[in-house]
Amino acid sequence: MLAQAKLDALSARIAGLHFPSTGWQGKARGAALERLTAMGLPGRRDEYWRYTDPAKLNAAQVRADLNASDIAFQETDALRIVFTDGVFDAEFSDDLTLSGVEITRLADAVTDLHWAAEIYGVLEERGQKPVLRPFAALATAFATDGLLIRVTGKAERPISIVYRSLSDTSDVMLHHCVKLEEGAEVTLLETGDAGPRLLTNLEVDVAPSARFHHVRAQGRSHQRMVNTHIFARVADEALFKSFTASINGVLTRNEAVLDIVGDDAVAHVAGVTVGDGPDFLNDDTVFITHAAERCESRQVFKKVLKNGATGVFQGKILVKPGAQKTDGYQISQSLLLDGDSQFLAKPELEIYADDVKCSHGSTSGAIDETALFYLRSRGVPQRRAQSLLVLAFLAEALAEIEDETLAEDLQLRLESWLDRHED
Amino acid sequence: MLKINNLHVKLEEEEKVILRGVDLTVEAGKVHAIMGPNGSGKSTLSYVLSGRDGYEVTEGSATLDGEELLEMEPEERAAAGLFLAFQYPVEIPGVGNMTFLRTALNAQRKARGEDEVSAGDFLKLVREKAASLKIDADMMKRPVNVGFSGGEKKRNEILQMALLEPKMCILDETDSGLDVDAMKLVSEGVNALRDEGRAFLVITHYQRLLDHIRPDVVHIMANGRIVLTGGPELALEVEKNGYSDILAGAL
Ligand SMILES: Nc1ncnc2c1ncn2[C@@H]1O[C@H](COP(=O)(O)OP(=O)(O)OP(=O)(O)O)[C@@H](O)[C@H]1O
Ligand SMILES: [Mg+2]
Repeated sequence: MLAQAKLDALSARIAGLHFPSTGWQGKARGAALERLTAMGLPGRRDEYWRYTDPAKLNAAQVRADLNASDIAFQETDALRIVFTDGVFDAEFSDDLTLSGVEITRLADAVTDLHWAAEIYGVLEERGQKPVLRPFAALATAFATDGLLIRVTGKAERPISIVYRSLSDTSDVMLHHCVKLEEGAEVTLLETGDAGPRLLTNLEVDVAPSARFHHVRAQGRSHQRMVNTHIFARVADEALFKSFTASINGVLTRNEAVLDIVGDDAVAHVAGVTVGDGPDFLNDDTVFITHAAERCESRQVFKKVLKNGATGVFQGKILVKPGAQKTDGYQISQSLLLDGDSQFLAKPELEIYADDVKCSHGSTSGAIDETALFYLRSRGVPQRRAQSLLVLAFLAEALAEIEDETLAEDLQLRLESWLDRHED
Repeated sequence: MLKINNLHVKLEEEEKVILRGVDLTVEAGKVHAIMGPNGSGKSTLSYVLSGRDGYEVTEGSATLDGEELLEMEPEERAAAGLFLAFQYPVEIPGVGNMTFLRTALNAQRKARGEDEVSAGDFLKLVREKAASLKIDADMMKRPVNVGFSGGEKKRNEILQMALLEPKMCILDETDSGLDVDAMKLVSEGVNALRDEGRAFLVITHYQRLLDHIRPDVVHIMANGRIVLTGGPELALEVEKNGYSDILAGAL
């Protein structure tokens, strides 16, 4: 797209959006809008959008039918916070009180919240180098709501953000910030369809020795479009783990930008994707920077694709000078259940330290016919046999979820998807 | 029990003919052995009977208790009581051995209209059968055949057979890769299953296995056909003199 076309696309996209210009948020949002205006919206020719056409995300309006919403993690005792069509829904939400945690609704945070002002749009801006992420700047500038979560101790229970939608035209933009103070720990869950289109930022600042767990099940409506961004800064001896189960949808692009800035830190990002049909595209785009010593990062992505579905993975590990003893692992694999589906992968390593251990691998393959026959010869019906093999393929990614109840929940969802998509 | 009539099989993808008119009848309660040179078609016969893809039956039939086998899906054949102990058991990373065994057992029971086995009963059953084959509990926790030694894989095949209690058991070189003690264990496992209602087709190269599992009938397969059928003495002759004389005599 020409520079002018990118700017025109941007003008059309933001025309009619409300811009909250006051207070500390106004400042942060204004800076984001400035960044955004310098970039314009992405185009198909941009290297970072080579595999995924941003047209659906650029479109000024959306309309889509959503299935009845499907909420995950109901077995987990969590503090539930509901957003309906992108707006905090007090009626369906629990009280925002949780021991060890302060939760403020973004739309309510008018007076100065110092900790939030140090994160809001700040981590996103750091994540704009070396690759531009216009939609992230867009979300910082125009988010209508979100949560500001400060974790000072061990959160008593997980926080579950539940998205629901009542409108077939809602175009949702949310921005969440999470700050974990030293030694704090929290699990953040996200589930449900927010609306026909969802754009989110999740900025996470993990202080030394703090632990952040993130598990999300993206809504499973077939027409939904989603573009999420995670920007995390991980300090000494801290842990960051994010897992996404992505089921259905026409377009899903999940970006994760993890900055490991403290020694002995751990950062994992993983996901499973299941998609059926030529309209399905799922894109995981990850950028992990090692800027400290003895840190570990893992990227584990598994995609099951059928009937002409497309999977995309762009994953990079950047090891900065001095980031010695880095242990970086990246694997992206797809299981193509037919010849029409495709997996486009771009794994990258860029290493400027000499004492590091980094590995990456990317494969696409079909179901193992010999294993399938072996199972069937023991009486396991073909479909069940195929499910077993698909779940076996996904197992390494699902193992990234520490909490067994959450992992089982997602596993059941995947099994039922496999049952529903037998042909 | 098993009736194979003039079975001709070629590869699906190539014009290569492998079986050229196999005739074989195995009665209930009997043990039949098949011997024969490498590449004569023994494994192919066992695969075709159990329904593996890649082969085309150009002529002939195979029935199990009167039911036409060749038209059934592999899982239907299993539910009908056919079992193949593979010459090369397959490794399945990510699928636990216990899950596999339980899924298989319950799927077969379901297909036959029987109740599923409860988790507790299943565990008891597996422990008992595994112990008799000296398969340790640790092996049961691993993914199917992954990291198993050659002999352990073969014992795992017999464990599956003992658990599924099929009526027609085909053993394809189950003795290869087994040490002397394991061979005894496996043979005992097989002998324990011998009864009036069950039949065995044992493919082997060696008399040694047949010392333990005494066959009623021995067949010699060569070039895609059963060329000679006799009693246990036929296996001894093969052991002593190899195939050339026997085959020359048979033609
Ligand atoms: N899928 C296949 N593709 C190509 N050739 C095949 C295939 N399956 C079988 N064959 C060939 O058919 C012939 C018979 O093979 P088969 O495995 O049935 O022999 P066998 O009697 O079991 O031999 P062995 O005693 O060595 O196990 C061999 O020449 C083999 O190479
Ligand atoms: Mg063979």
